[in-house]
Amino acid sequence: MHPESSAVPAQADLLPALHRMQARLGYIPDQAVAELARTCNVSRAEVEGVIGFYHDFRREPPGRRRLQVCCAESCQAMGADALAAHAQARLGVGLGETTADGGVTLEAVYCLGNCACSPAVMLDGRVHGRVDATRLDALLAEGHAA
Amino acid sequence: MSVRIFVPRDSSAASVGAAAVCRAIEDEAARRGLAVDLVRNGSRGLYWLEPFVEVEVSGQRIAYGPVTPDDVPGLFDAGWLEGGAHALFQGPSEAIPYLEKQTRLTFARMGLGDPLSFDDYRAGGGLAGLRRALDLAPADIVAEIDASGLRGRGGAGFPTAIKWRTVLNAGGGQKYIVCNADEGDSGTFSDRMLMEGDPYCLIEGMVIAGLAVGADTGYIYLRSEYPDAWEILENAIVIANREGLLGDDLLGSGKRFELNLFKGAGAYVCGEETSLLESIEGKRGLVRAKPPLPALQGLFGLPTVVNNVITLGSVPWILANGGAAYQAHGMNRSRGTLPFQLAGNLKCTGLVEAPFGVTLRELLYDYGGGSASGRPIRAVQVGGPLGAFVPAADFDLPLDYEAFTAAGATVGHGGIVAFDDTVDMARMARYAMHFCAVESCGKCTPCRVGSVRGVELLDAMLDARSGGANDDTLLRDLCQTMLEGSLCAMGGMTPYPVLSALNHYPEDFGLAPKREEKVA
Repeated sequence: MHPESSAVPAQADLLPALHRMQARLGYIPDQAVAELARTCNVSRAEVEGVIGFYHDFRREPPGRRRLQVCCAESCQAMGADALAAHAQARLGVGLGETTADGGVTLEAVYCLGNCACSPAVMLDGRVHGRVDATRLDALLAEGHAA
Repeated sequence: MSVRIFVPRDSSAASVGAAAVCRAIEDEAARRGLAVDLVRNGSRGLYWLEPFVEVEVSGQRIAYGPVTPDDVPGLFDAGWLEGGAHALFQGPSEAIPYLEKQTRLTFARMGLGDPLSFDDYRAGGGLAGLRRALDLAPADIVAEIDASGLRGRGGAGFPTAIKWRTVLNAGGGQKYIVCNADEGDSGTFSDRMLMEGDPYCLIEGMVIAGLAVGADTGYIYLRSEYPDAWEILENAIVIANREGLLGDDLLGSGKRFELNLFKGAGAYVCGEETSLLESIEGKRGLVRAKPPLPALQGLFGLPTVVNNVITLGSVPWILANGGAAYQAHGMNRSRGTLPFQLAGNLKCTGLVEAPFGVTLRELLYDYGGGSASGRPIRAVQVGGPLGAFVPAADFDLPLDYEAFTAAGATVGHGGIVAFDDTVDMARMARYAMHFCAVESCGKCTPCRVGSVRGVELLDAMLDARSGGANDDTLLRDLCQTMLEGSLCAMGGMTPYPVLSALNHYPEDFGLAPKREEKVA
């Protein structure tokens, strides 16, 4: 990632390393913290601090699917509050929670850059625009069929 | 001969089914034994018509949209390969008023070709700016930017040439160009469009910045919410290295520039430049106190240019066409164009690149076509979650940095979010405080604690507003503390939406409407 030509501290690999680990495992397990601290030449507290600061990093395994509902202004102007309420009612969990069967993690997200096609959701890394309750149900059902 | 059909690969177009439309076209053409050549272009920015499909008929692009997979057989029946009439027919793309009226400089190539085709980039005028920059002394490149009047497009509007000159004069040694691609403001998507639709333009702008200040290494700090932009940029960097736009021998000049892609991790505050630098360094994204300026002690403590995507993306055009040509657009001290983004409750959402001086009313009604719901537009938030709400009475304000500042508002990154008359402005004010509480980096007290107190105060006002006897003294006092005491714009500008909501829509807060009180 970083140029070898310049003197870049090992710590600069911490975010990329966390992303790599989470892409592989889905979360950052406890036992990984010490190893990350060693390779990035920082204390374990600093690794924990970084994990805790950024919304992306999680310490628990997520659900099999990840549904993020955009709750930012543009989507609010087009009915995001009702969509988020529908998602919570349908899945039976609050924002930031995972369904009991481990099927879906529901999250609020603040802007997916899809503001011209509001309201938007992201399901497993793919953005969907002009989403209403019916379309959201269809998207969740598609995943179960697959 | 096969007919060329353009279906955008842009993530917003994809979000409303462009990939499925593409497959439907392929299937239908195969079924009919017709030869079509599908091009996955960037978006033209007419998002309300996405998926926006263009068919090339005798050298002219004829548009159809919004196309669903179910429409495809009917479009073939209607003879769209010859530009046939259909309910979705929009005519020649270039003649659609929404596009025709725009002044596309930075977005000149947007949506025309395959974003990753280097031949398309060259044919569209790419590399002309870099070629010119390679012939100029660093100070002369900065002088050209100075002549253009370009100011930071991320929101702060700081003159780009002053920042560059500071880094240029910061002595020799390692320096960096950092592109702030942490576009987190709701209502904004121009950075995403440029990265997905014309990635070499951004890369060329960064290389020119490097030549101007003496930096040979760059970083693009891209938010993790943009996976499609990441994939396109990753590929674009590989191709740019192969084509000599990056690497050890820029266009055969012997000069070098190396570009790294860095992924953010979902922190809005990392769009603040010092927080962003901390993040690349592997730390919590805590805002740094200034001074020292990043221009002198930035990334890894070394002189660093931090510029927004659109700022850097405007540089190639300026070098290719001259600073004076860019400066010829705009008004007062706001020179050139801004790619405005029309979002929220509007009929014709999309990207409108226009010179500064265009009014909100023109953007909302002439381009935007009024609200999507058909109800009156009651409030418009300009400049993202830290921008003020502008009431209908002020829709004739020209989009100009100073005019907006004078009205207690901000142009920001040019995002425009419209709300119809069903909006609850007290809830919007609460949301602004809530967002600040969620996203505050926590370093300074006015922002960290103030935002939480702001939510509490607004919750109490929301509970009591039906009585109509709320008092906003404490909330205004808190806003003043945040405005004056916060370390960065997060806490320092969160009061903008809150105060503007209070000032323009007191009736939503259960505040005795002051004007009527006086009359009574």
